[in-house]
Amino acid sequence: MAPPVQSHRSPSPSQPSGKGEVSDLKTQLRQLAGSRAPGTDDTKRELFKKVISYMTIGIDVSSVFSEMVMCSATSDIVLKKMCYLYVGNYAKHNPDLALLTINFLQRDCKDEDPMIRGLALRSLCSLGVANLVEYLVGPLGNGLKDGNSYVRMVAAVGVLKLYHLSASTCLDADFPPLLKQLMLKDKDAQVVANCLTSLQEIWSLEASTSEEAAREREMLLSKPVVYYFLNRMKEFSEWAQCIVLELVSKYVPVDSEEIFDIMNLLEDRLQHANGAVVLATIKVFLHMTLSMTDVHQQVYERIKAPLLTLVSSGSPEQSYAVLSHLHLLVMRAPYIFSSDYKHFYCQYNEPFYVKKLKLDMLTAVANESNTYEIVTELCEYVANVDIPMARESIRAVGKIALQQYDVNAIVDRLLQFLEMEKEHVTAETLVLVKDLLRKYPQWSHDCIAVVGNISSKNVQEPKAKAALIWMLGEYAQDMQDSPYILEGLVENWDEENSAEVRLHLLTAVMKCFLRRAPETQKALGDALAAGVADFHQDVHDRALLYYRLLKYDVSVAERIVNPPKQAVSVFADTQSSEMKDRIFDEFNSLSVVYQKPSYMFTDKEHRGPFAFSEELGTLSIGTEPSDGAVAAQRVEANDKDLLLGTSEKEESHGYGNNGSAYSAPSYDASTTAGASQGNFDLVSIDQPSTLHPPSGFAIDDLLGLGMPAAPSSAPPVLLLNAKAAIDPNAFQQKWRQLPVSLSQETSIDPQGVAGMTNPHALPQHMQGHSINCIASGGQAPNFKFFFFAQKAEGSSAYLVECVINSSSCKVQLKIKTDDQATSQAFSELFQSALSKFGSA
Amino acid sequence: MISQFFVLSQRGDNIVFRDYRRDVQKGSAEIFFRKVKFWKEDGKEEAPPVFNLDGVNYFHVKVVGLLFVATTRTNLAPSLALELLQRIARAIKDYLGVLSEESMRKNFVLVYELLDEVIDFGYVQTTSTEVLKSYVFNEPIVVDAARLPTLGPAALFMQGNKRMPGTAVTKSVVANDPGGRKREEIFVDIIEKISVTFSSSVSYSSISSACLCSFADTLDCYLLEAWSILKRLGVMLSNDDEQGYVLTSEIDGTIQMKSYLTGNPEIRLALNDDLHIGRGSVPSFGYSGSSGTGAVILDDCNFHESVHMDNFDIDRTLSLVPPDGEFPVMNYRITQEFKPPFTVNTLIEEAGSLKAEVILKIRAEFPSSITANTILIEMPLPTYTTRVNFDLDRGIVGQNADFKESQKKLEWNIKKIVGGSEHTLRAKLNFSQELHGNITKEAGPVSLTFTIPMYNPSRLQVKYLQIAKKGKTTNPYRWVRYVTQANSYVARI
Repeated sequence: MAPPVQSHRSPSPSQPSGKGEVSDLKTQLRQLAGSRAPGTDDTKRELFKKVISYMTIGIDVSSVFSEMVMCSATSDIVLKKMCYLYVGNYAKHNPDLALLTINFLQRDCKDEDPMIRGLALRSLCSLGVANLVEYLVGPLGNGLKDGNSYVRMVAAVGVLKLYHLSASTCLDADFPPLLKQLMLKDKDAQVVANCLTSLQEIWSLEASTSEEAAREREMLLSKPVVYYFLNRMKEFSEWAQCIVLELVSKYVPVDSEEIFDIMNLLEDRLQHANGAVVLATIKVFLHMTLSMTDVHQQVYERIKAPLLTLVSSGSPEQSYAVLSHLHLLVMRAPYIFSSDYKHFYCQYNEPFYVKKLKLDMLTAVANESNTYEIVTELCEYVANVDIPMARESIRAVGKIALQQYDVNAIVDRLLQFLEMEKEHVTAETLVLVKDLLRKYPQWSHDCIAVVGNISSKNVQEPKAKAALIWMLGEYAQDMQDSPYILEGLVENWDEENSAEVRLHLLTAVMKCFLRRAPETQKALGDALAAGVADFHQDVHDRALLYYRLLKYDVSVAERIVNPPKQAVSVFADTQSSEMKDRIFDEFNSLSVVYQKPSYMFTDKEHRGPFAFSEELGTLSIGTEPSDGAVAAQRVEANDKDLLLGTSEKEESHGYGNNGSAYSAPSYDASTTAGASQGNFDLVSIDQPSTLHPPSGFAIDDLLGLGMPAAPSSAPPVLLLNAKAAIDPNAFQQKWRQLPVSLSQETSIDPQGVAGMTNPHALPQHMQGHSINCIASGGQAPNFKFFFFAQKAEGSSAYLVECVINSSSCKVQLKIKTDDQATSQAFSELFQSALSKFGSA
Repeated sequence: MISQFFVLSQRGDNIVFRDYRRDVQKGSAEIFFRKVKFWKEDGKEEAPPVFNLDGVNYFHVKVVGLLFVATTRTNLAPSLALELLQRIARAIKDYLGVLSEESMRKNFVLVYELLDEVIDFGYVQTTSTEVLKSYVFNEPIVVDAARLPTLGPAALFMQGNKRMPGTAVTKSVVANDPGGRKREEIFVDIIEKISVTFSSSVSYSSISSACLCSFADTLDCYLLEAWSILKRLGVMLSNDDEQGYVLTSEIDGTIQMKSYLTGNPEIRLALNDDLHIGRGSVPSFGYSGSSGTGAVILDDCNFHESVHMDNFDIDRTLSLVPPDGEFPVMNYRITQEFKPPFTVNTLIEEAGSLKAEVILKIRAEFPSSITANTILIEMPLPTYTTRVNFDLDRGIVGQNADFKESQKKLEWNIKKIVGGSEHTLRAKLNFSQELHGNITKEAGPVSLTFTIPMYNPSRLQVKYLQIAKKGKTTNPYRWVRYVTQANSYVARI
């Protein structure tokens, strides 16, 4: 309702303070309350309007509550509606007064006119006063059985409102089963849709504590229910279709035939004028075909045209939402869109947020056949008067240069930018030329010639200046004036505000000295002196380091500061592929627009129905720390291939813009990471359980037996595959798919609990028993873990949710498996492994 | 689900504010407005339609200067939220006839009534004006339409076309005419927004020689490709050497319908016989040169849910029972080549060290029976331009040229251009500093906005509009109107 938004602000002079007016209203209303004179309703309408208008602009009119209630005895429906609106807004904060309204609302719930019944029921449920819930149950029960669909529609949402007020009242009144009945048989599609949304919310919230609710939630994804919705698809309004399609996208079909049936049924939804329907349909198509590479690719081809039409038919805001999704798809499969590059050309009147996405897509789809045209187009934008756009376009050209093999032409273009003599263009280009040289040192000759002509006085932006200085140092040999330019820069040391630039200057002077000592000696001396005296800690330390190095041994200094470098082959991607997959999982949501998985911007309680994926997301990935450490070592080991070398790394700390490019594992580090964490091994999403072909049995067996932790006291009949692996997505999918086969409560050794302070102790311990942690999280005293294990023979998998309360030492287990027969055996094995935790 | 919905005026005042879930703080409207207003200090970048602030997601669309905003804490589908906001605006417009701050303020109780039915506890119930009609009881208070800018493409018809009843498009779907009788009428508008980018207006030979000079040694393959493009485009090149060729072009069309018919009769719309959907193997933007007189080929299209396409494959007719209110029957997209309605020639030349001259020539390439309205030609000038003197063609009424000093932009307004005519503007620029480098890199591109009623470059037609008879004798008024508007119409120099 319209809350007093600005109530905390002192009213501005132009606005009525409200006090006097409100008391006027009060008297007028009071006079009218009992009146039955003709024309009273019109006067009331005017007064009610005033009250609501004050309410909207933020004046507190709660003081007329009782008068409003008194005036509500009317048959005029417009008056009633205004009164409901008012009551809904103030009841929550005036629970005592709210009681006054119960009477007339309850009466209205029994009115002859279904419109009034519905409105009254909606208002009654919207009061939001917890101690009045007892009055809701009766009218709600009647509402769900009402002969009029409008009332049932309101009642279905009303149940959800009641649930949020008092979950126990709602459940005790057995409303969810009633909703379920309605959902599966009501003639009115909107009633059905409202039942679905209410049930989704209620059961998802209940699922964490109630086994039954969890089962019911799974029921919504069962084949009969999903098919029931699919068959009624056309009856639903476009908005309800979105809800149903979201549900369908979570459904896991058994075989490809089923997938094709569903897709054929939904095919015409792609031609809907409502973008929300189209995107929801696309999500279904994309998710269902994930495991069928060819079909998946056909889906991309199929959805291209509808997406492009949506981009150009709506308002800029709508096209932004669609374009964000197109962007995600282009990034995943640029080759499919490479012939459509002209659609991504920017139009001059588009908002910047649209242009930025388009530039990203243009860079992504650039390949041998279209690069020339794309870069030509980008060059037009660089000359543009719009400065942010010009900068972005230069970056785009640079990115294309970095991803192409044949870069000659592009380097020429970049160098031409430097000749345009626009400060922002020069600055942006310098940064790029530097990156380019790190990848293609062979171009140094051409670049140096142009860069050498740039006066450092015309470069003010720290990043650009740092880039220029880096080149002056790195190519001191080839740039005639290098020592003298550097000397000039050192002279102005005190005027240089950016520590980043000063750090680069130190290193550049040092490098220059190592090559052209006589010419640079003076500059180096000055720079070291100034550096040591610098107030910035890093600058001071680096200066001191250089000084001591030089004092110790010049050749050592040479080896450290200026070693031979290998070109960077691949710059690190800022986003891990795992992150990208997670965003793709959350297609048709804000995650795509923000380019972040939802756990990074959503609180847990707002995750919505079937929030399992998000749930997993917040939990840290099981073996992260050890993994991180290993990955770091890997990077160290691969340093020579991937990065410039240690000294370069040290130097690079100053590069704010692409510091991450140096230190983060490179793009193909996904495999590195994968290799270092056994359970994330390269599994294809679609076939998590067929990972180990029969040929590996012997070894698996051996390993399974040979594991140090294999219990010797009571050898279980069940042997687990020590190398079982699954990726989190496949795990999630499976977890949704499977019913709970075993749910148990057990306890954990208090000593073990002590070990819980280190969140990785338990996963490590369990891994010793061939049970891998997929995700973990929580805070004392409640911890939650998801585990995965696989039978040594055959492909049966075990999925475990394990909630540990560290203060009560209680453990709750939920086990899901596709091999029901062994679930008990597995449970025993799991518990025996768990019981050893802490005692070992 | 949606937590709150509100509409803010340009100054940031609440016009309506509805809280559905009570899980977002009350001050959200103020927080939102401040964030949008100061998105970037330099004002260069606009706030995106979706952003997250302290865990609250804000969606907004701008409609006639008003901000329609929704908030949520959940990971909602952005297309759903933004589409919804747009639809709410449309439903309100259907009810009030005119969407403006004034009409919203006068009818806020009605708007609340609508909002009550559109969303319940954060879940969308309906946005169909037709359905809403049975739930909404307030009578709209009509504001004077003539004084107000109207929403939507229908506003295009307000000027220049005397045959149209001006008030019809701003008529509420529920209010009756003063006579108490509803006028039976239906409007079908074919609205096409065109985007065209002309390449630099250098001549054929100078492009190729430029290519040769700068890339000869390294770019053999590109050059070949550039040549072949130029050859293919040869068809398109006008004889005038200064005219650039068409780099990209696109038509984004809508068939918009607004029905005031009682009794919801079924309607049949017949389109061109030679209409094709899907370009098949034809590459997008390919200029085959063969389509001069050929079929109308849509790249793709989508339809309103009320549209039945049972006969579409046979006789290119769409049948539908139009719901109340304004809605798009069909959206379509065409990249097939078409004749651009205007060609632009730009010449910029140095004339001494602190001076330059610009000659802008615009030619209307459509039949003389058609007149374009409100043409605006804009061209950014070098940043060091201080003063501009204009020399306009004589004999044309309603044109003026201006130099917008703060934006360093030349603006040339022409009220009307008759098909086939040509207009020229000469401008003498004065600079505060000496020119360095190439002046063509410091100015441009030239962009055009215009409206051309009763003209559509795609040649898509509504051949007839059939209303199923309901026994009554009165024949409803049928208005089928065409209009073309510039979306992004740019000539590079």
